[in-house]
Amino acid sequence: MADHPLAEHIPKLRRYAAALLRDRSRADDLVQDTLERALRKFTLFRRGSDLRAWLFTIMHNVYVNQVAAHAAQREDAWSSPEEYADPYAGDPVSDAHDLSKALQRLPPDHREVILLVGLEQLSYEQTAAVLGVPVGTVMSRLARARERLRTLMSGEVGPQIRRVK
Amino acid sequence: MMSTASPFNENEIQSYVDGQLDAARGAELDAYLAAHPDEAARVAAYRKQGRDLHALFDPILDEPLPARLEQTLAQPPRRVALRAAAMIAWLAVGTIGGYVLRGEMQPEVIAQAPFAERAAVAHVVYTAEVLHPVEVTAEQEAHLVQWLSKRLGHRLHTPDLTPFGYQLLGGRLLPGDQGAAAQFMYQDAGGARLTLYVSVKDQGTEQSAFRIEQEDGVPVLYWIDDNLGFALIGERDRQRLMDLGHAAYQAMSL
Repeated sequence: MADHPLAEHIPKLRRYAAALLRDRSRADDLVQDTLERALRKFTLFRRGSDLRAWLFTIMHNVYVNQVAAHAAQREDAWSSPEEYADPYAGDPVSDAHDLSKALQRLPPDHREVILLVGLEQLSYEQTAAVLGVPVGTVMSRLARARERLRTLMSGEVGPQIRRVK
Repeated sequence: MMSTASPFNENEIQSYVDGQLDAARGAELDAYLAAHPDEAARVAAYRKQGRDLHALFDPILDEPLPARLEQTLAQPPRRVALRAAAMIAWLAVGTIGGYVLRGEMQPEVIAQAPFAERAAVAHVVYTAEVLHPVEVTAEQEAHLVQWLSKRLGHRLHTPDLTPFGYQLLGGRLLPGDQGAAAQFMYQDAGGARLTLYVSVKDQGTEQSAFRIEQEDGVPVLYWIDDNLGFALIGERDRQRLMDLGHAAYQAMSL
């Protein structure tokens, strides 16, 4: 229903999900899962608090569960950014200027921070609340994500990215 | 690359990129960047990232919504809206008057919650305990959470209630109606104790909004989320109890 209070937030959820996942149909799956979960929990939404931040929190949790489930299937669960396997590690350098692809080369928890801050314009405090981490963690992930993205976009780093253990 | 002698730390650089650095410090950084082209280029690149992200993804905002997403919101017909309305009405009333809706004014979703009663009993029994208020102490928080999560068959979390002055003491396993239940105990600097009781929901009860009931003169805040019932007891101020409940809910089940 267009008049549902959640409806006006769908475009931003779609934008964020698309940036997070790149694959548009998977992104809309994530939005749909988020909306379904939000509907189930809507009775517990606190009126007067920030509905958009609440929705991003739910989306983050759904996303984390999916990433965890996916990783468990592949039996190479990433438990820290250092262990994240860059899916485009073997790609030619000519892709370096593809921002959408460069984003995918960031660990998911760094990607989330750069998108919540840089694209969704959440404050550092809101971002910390959405991700359930301290503000200091948001700041350090943001710094590392931006620097990594800068390097990727400038093409300084080729396909031979080291996987830091 | 990054000048080690920079008088600005990385957080300040990031805040500057996001326009969050206070004006005075921002002006100093302006001056610094004017004299340090490498750092200026770095900041410019970060700002460009933001613009590029918008250029790439903002068009999605104007796309027509896929039908399946619209249908998602249309799906649960009146039920959700009704509950939401009930919740809002209840919250408004509860906030203003500290008054609990009762009897026929309550919509059908409200069911008795025997777990709230059990939670109140467990609260009275164990908060009075001097020697063994908890079975596993907060020093072993990770173990505690893992253990109770396993016994309840749900992933639990210990809410951080320190903003309200409550520190986690620990927790224990208890018998519930449908199997195991868990009790987490918190204590403030004055020794006042708060318990958060979690059990698999009673049969026949449904997802509910936050509610407060009196058990022997003590307000019990409880809610049901998915398969679990939660009850929070020990804070007599209703507004604070509500705030605590929201903090616990955020940590536990969002």
